[in-house]
Amino acid sequence: MLADRDRIFTNLYGLHDWRLAAARRRGDWDGTKDILARGREAIVEEMKASGLRGRGGAGFPTGLKWSFMPKQSDGRPGYLAVNADESEPGTCKDRDIIRHDPHKLIEGCLIACFAMGASAAYIYIRGEFANEAKVLDAAIAEAYAAGLIGKNACGSGYDCDVFLHRGAGAYICGEETALLESLEGKKGMPRMKPPFPAAMGLYGCPTTVNNVESIAVAPTILRRGAAWFAGLGRKNNTGTKVFCISGHVNKPCNVEEELGIPMRELIDRYAGGVRGGWDNLLAVIPGGASVPVIPKSVCDSVLMDFDSLREVRSGLGTAAVIVMDQSTDIIRAIARLSQFYKHESCGQCTPCREGTGWMMRVMNRMVEGRADPEEIDTLEQVTRQVEGHTICALGDAAAWPIQGLIRHFRPVMEARIAAYQARQAMPMAAE
Amino acid sequence: MTKLTIDGIEVEVPAGATVLQAAEAAGIEIPRFCYHERLSIAGNCRMCLVEIEKAPPKPIASCAWPAAEGMVVHTDSPMVRNARRGVMEFLLINHPLDCPICDQGGECDLQDQALGYGAGRSRYEENKRAVKDKNLGPLVKTVMTRCIHCTRCIRFITEVAGVPDLGATARGENMEVGTYVEKALGSELSGNIIDLCPVGALTSKPYAFVARSWELSKTDSVDVLDAVGAAIRVDARGPEVLRILPRLNDDVNEEWLGDKSRFSVDGLKRRRLDRPWVRRDGKLAPASWDEAFAAVADRFATARPERIGAITGDLVDAESVLALRDLMRRLGVVNLDCRQRGEQLSTERRDFYCFNSGIAGIDEADAILLIGTNPRREAPVLNARIRKRWLAAGSPVGLVGPAAELTYPARHLGDRPEAIAAGAALLAGAAKPMVILGAGATARPDGAAVLAAAWAVAAGAGGLRADWHGFNLLHHAAGMTGALDLGFVPGPRGKTAAEMVAGGVDVLFLLGADAIDAGRIPATTFVVYQGHHGDAGAARADVILPGAAYTEKDATYVNTEGRVQRGQRAVFPPGEAREDWKILRALSAALGHTLPYDDLDALRAQLDQANPVFGRVGFLPRFGCTDPTPPPGDAAALGSAPFAVTIPDYYRTDPISRASPTMAECSATFAAPLAAAAE
Amino acid sequence: MTDASDVSPGEFPPGQEPWQPAQFAFDAESEAEIAVHLAKYPPGRQASAVIPLLYVVQKQMKRTTGSAWVPRAGMEAVAARLAMPPIRVFEVATFYLMFNLRPIGKWHLQLCTTTPCWLRGSDAVVAACREATGIEGWGETSADGMFTMTEVECVGACVNAPILQVNDDFYEDMDADRTRALLAALRDGTPPPAGSMAGRQASAPEGGPMTLTTLAFAPGEQADAG
Repeated sequence: MLADRDRIFTNLYGLHDWRLAAARRRGDWDGTKDILARGREAIVEEMKASGLRGRGGAGFPTGLKWSFMPKQSDGRPGYLAVNADESEPGTCKDRDIIRHDPHKLIEGCLIACFAMGASAAYIYIRGEFANEAKVLDAAIAEAYAAGLIGKNACGSGYDCDVFLHRGAGAYICGEETALLESLEGKKGMPRMKPPFPAAMGLYGCPTTVNNVESIAVAPTILRRGAAWFAGLGRKNNTGTKVFCISGHVNKPCNVEEELGIPMRELIDRYAGGVRGGWDNLLAVIPGGASVPVIPKSVCDSVLMDFDSLREVRSGLGTAAVIVMDQSTDIIRAIARLSQFYKHESCGQCTPCREGTGWMMRVMNRMVEGRADPEEIDTLEQVTRQVEGHTICALGDAAAWPIQGLIRHFRPVMEARIAAYQARQAMPMAAE
Repeated sequence: MTKLTIDGIEVEVPAGATVLQAAEAAGIEIPRFCYHERLSIAGNCRMCLVEIEKAPPKPIASCAWPAAEGMVVHTDSPMVRNARRGVMEFLLINHPLDCPICDQGGECDLQDQALGYGAGRSRYEENKRAVKDKNLGPLVKTVMTRCIHCTRCIRFITEVAGVPDLGATARGENMEVGTYVEKALGSELSGNIIDLCPVGALTSKPYAFVARSWELSKTDSVDVLDAVGAAIRVDARGPEVLRILPRLNDDVNEEWLGDKSRFSVDGLKRRRLDRPWVRRDGKLAPASWDEAFAAVADRFATARPERIGAITGDLVDAESVLALRDLMRRLGVVNLDCRQRGEQLSTERRDFYCFNSGIAGIDEADAILLIGTNPRREAPVLNARIRKRWLAAGSPVGLVGPAAELTYPARHLGDRPEAIAAGAALLAGAAKPMVILGAGATARPDGAAVLAAAWAVAAGAGGLRADWHGFNLLHHAAGMTGALDLGFVPGPRGKTAAEMVAGGVDVLFLLGADAIDAGRIPATTFVVYQGHHGDAGAARADVILPGAAYTEKDATYVNTEGRVQRGQRAVFPPGEAREDWKILRALSAALGHTLPYDDLDALRAQLDQANPVFGRVGFLPRFGCTDPTPPPGDAAALGSAPFAVTIPDYYRTDPISRASPTMAECSATFAAPLAAAAE
Repeated sequence: MTDASDVSPGEFPPGQEPWQPAQFAFDAESEAEIAVHLAKYPPGRQASAVIPLLYVVQKQMKRTTGSAWVPRAGMEAVAARLAMPPIRVFEVATFYLMFNLRPIGKWHLQLCTTTPCWLRGSDAVVAACREATGIEGWGETSADGMFTMTEVECVGACVNAPILQVNDDFYEDMDADRTRALLAALRDGTPPPAGSMAGRQASAPEGGPMTLTTLAFAPGEQADAG
């Protein structure tokens, strides 16, 4: 069990004041100037050494991503865009960081900007987080007033602006290039890559997009050292992570723990266990809506980290653990996600625009059982026709939950269809 | 250069080329809907997916993927075939499959590619989407349920036309292409989105349910409704022209066409002069050709040559101008003019009256000064080229003349000739400066001075040199350059058009001349009108000789650049109307001065003789300015009158468009509200 | 299942409905907000402020009419201010779902029904809302103009599911009884503080945090649930 002293988000639950003075007492903004004094290279190397992998879902090494930014400016400014468009169903960790520990994020913005030679950070926060945005806005103002950001930030001689930008209700803006489009005042439609944002991002300038949690852990990593962070978790899956445990558990909650904690331990220790006991577990979506569901048999032993979950053909994603007990209509649970993706498809490219609606409609029939058994295969093929054929990963995200369902719960689907057909075949004698 | 291998074929392409372009270079067809070489890359249809070795292990959109050295691409692997089948299936699940009642049927990319790359059947059993149609005005018909969201129309209207009215609202499968708030498309190039639409979502409103593409005979020709000379295809069924489409000509119109040139076709069958007429007792009465010729011959016989004159109009072809000129010369007539509006143009040198930089030269210009012209109305396709240049290089554009919305920012330097001097600052430092004068610059008493002043500005900016000619006349009448090339201007002591009209002659021959002020012609003047429409000239005529419209004759035109191009006959002239040179040839016999050509070849040989420029058809080499001597005119004698608007209404400029109900509707929709707002 | 965005625009063409005001002009309060937003973006990039300015319009409408929505004239005012073609603003306003393009009720009930909320009983919350407001379909407004019900996708507070978002505030850990009580309070104009209706400390488990309990910071500090 992770000791409290090794937890980064010491105000995760908002037990303490979020404001600057209190945040400083918790260690934020301590020696920031000295960190910057180590220089760009050293900071990036330290981040690489920590093994930190992006906390937004894809798990790309953060230090490596930072190193992609041009070492020498060609005259264009560089930007950091912080992805606070937290919208992956099941995920609500960035919300806690923003409303309870905003200074960790702001300090992280300064350090990341410095390490990448960026002149400003834009924090793109989802529109629904209106109250969280107010806190962050006030915290940014505090940081400016205290000289921590802005001109000569922290007395380092380095100028760095941090701006807050609110979205307005579009899951797709959590995709990094859609986020940039939205930030430029357009519809959040993902761009094609290449060019990658590090070459041509916001306003055509070199840009790196990082998740809130990735940025907010950076100051602590640099203060306590890469070795400390790398010593937590498992090889290639280092450090701590905020887990969100929702669904059929006795005590849903967020908690920061080491990567690699067994799923069962995570649920039992922190979330009060599965409703009705572990044996009442049906399945878990371990990393937010877009990763495939895994059945109890897998949950029994799987570890909560990137590589372990990939081995069982799912993923850590955002570490949002959605627990479903035996009472769950698993087909409906997944069908509701299909509705989500159909609703959130930007409509730009064909397979996603047309495929998400098709998949949703078939899934809704599957909930009733109003389908032929062969349609399960057709549905599976349609998910393959979407997956990997789209501009961005939303198509994949829409396909995977259904693939997971078919992989693990095909008999349930077949039984539903059989029951429906049996009802249809029944004479109307009941009347 | 980048070398790569596609389907085993090694191909070399310029750096920066995409995989799709490389495949085209290798002669491999890649299906696509959203990609269009003249629009920005959208990458949204996903039809052009290919497999690339050592790239992400999934199908890759070739339209957007840069070709790289040593790359190995497969366009016909199982992965690619599956991907295309899948995308095709997705495109079709919500497409209505109403091909039997769709005007796109037979020339539909979706039909063709479904056949070529689709699975042959759909597994989709849910309800199809229905989308409300949009009203985009009198020209473009919408059936939005057919839309496949390729966004070509949006990109064209935004990027090329520069009138950003179209967009895609809402999102996901509810995304709809339209204007959101109902609005007619305010672009003179709107018809091009019909061609660009790969399905039947956008079709021609006037042409709706008129014909099937396979019923049409297709004739390549050139447009004459402005002086750009766009390449067109005339589609006819039987005796009737049913539609006009642009053809590719990179040097002239790329592949665009102005709405007037495309949609005036219904003007070709209205108000037509389909038989000769002779005025008897003050009233025009039907007559035979012999009677008409006899009436002309009678009057010519009694007129002295110096009291005879001839004026040619906006749509005349070079052959008939030459025939008229030759006939008049034989009669000893020197009162000839093609400058109906009093343009002060000199025929001394060709580069005094041509668009010398070339239309394609606009792509190189780094500063452009417009004088007395609104290219958006006078030559919308050329205007789009200026916009393209502005987009690509930010070349500054200055405007001297009436303020106008040109689809790109143009610095308004003033509306009087004195502002020309300010243009010098705009052009200063430009490597390839362009000065463009419209008819509004020269059709005024001080026109020659304006011309000379503009020349001086071009010269001062270093725009007149052996490798660049920055002095340009933008005509809006297709017949103008050819007539000037044939010297159809007053001879020694000859009278100008204005003088002829104002009683300077007793006999006036109007060859399609409808832009003169016919009201000023004295009642005693005998007027012969040869042309195809009952327009201003015919109304005043004493004898009418019915000629052929441009779709009804093989004829030569010279565009504003000086490019000689050939139009071809798509249908026969109506009734007793005849090709114009033949009428003149027959008339010459009736006048006792038979012209020496009996067929078109002989006449064209004479054309080459009259001016060697006619010997080179289609191709126009780029040229610079080899002689800095300015055109005649005193650059200091500029007047103070503001430049006038040359074309108040883009949709009604000539006998054909004025006869077109479609153009009348456009005029009511666009021009009339504008005029009302200006008041 | 459907939602407001799926509802066809109805008998009126978009932007031309009879309830559209003829004009919209930013008031002084809005102008002050606009200045703050515009200062965030580099010169020539003012289009970035399109979403912020649409919010300004929606807020001003709430302030002046009691209904938070964006009329067509407001979108045109944003376009004019940012030198954007109006269609680009229409695109943005219709793409992002938080802009209400028709008038809505005083209290905008945004019900999350995505899987995490559904697993925790969002159906009961929806039913309680329908029962208390008389609203049948998504996107509809109650006859008294008090409530509009919108089905929304995951609002990002899943460990406190189910969530009922009212205007800008999240009411968490909802159930049918709490929903009825909340709506009654809203009707009375006395909305309770946002947050967990079960009395939980933010995202900590019920019964109090099991971590972060051994840390001591400077004394005298107040817990702040934010």
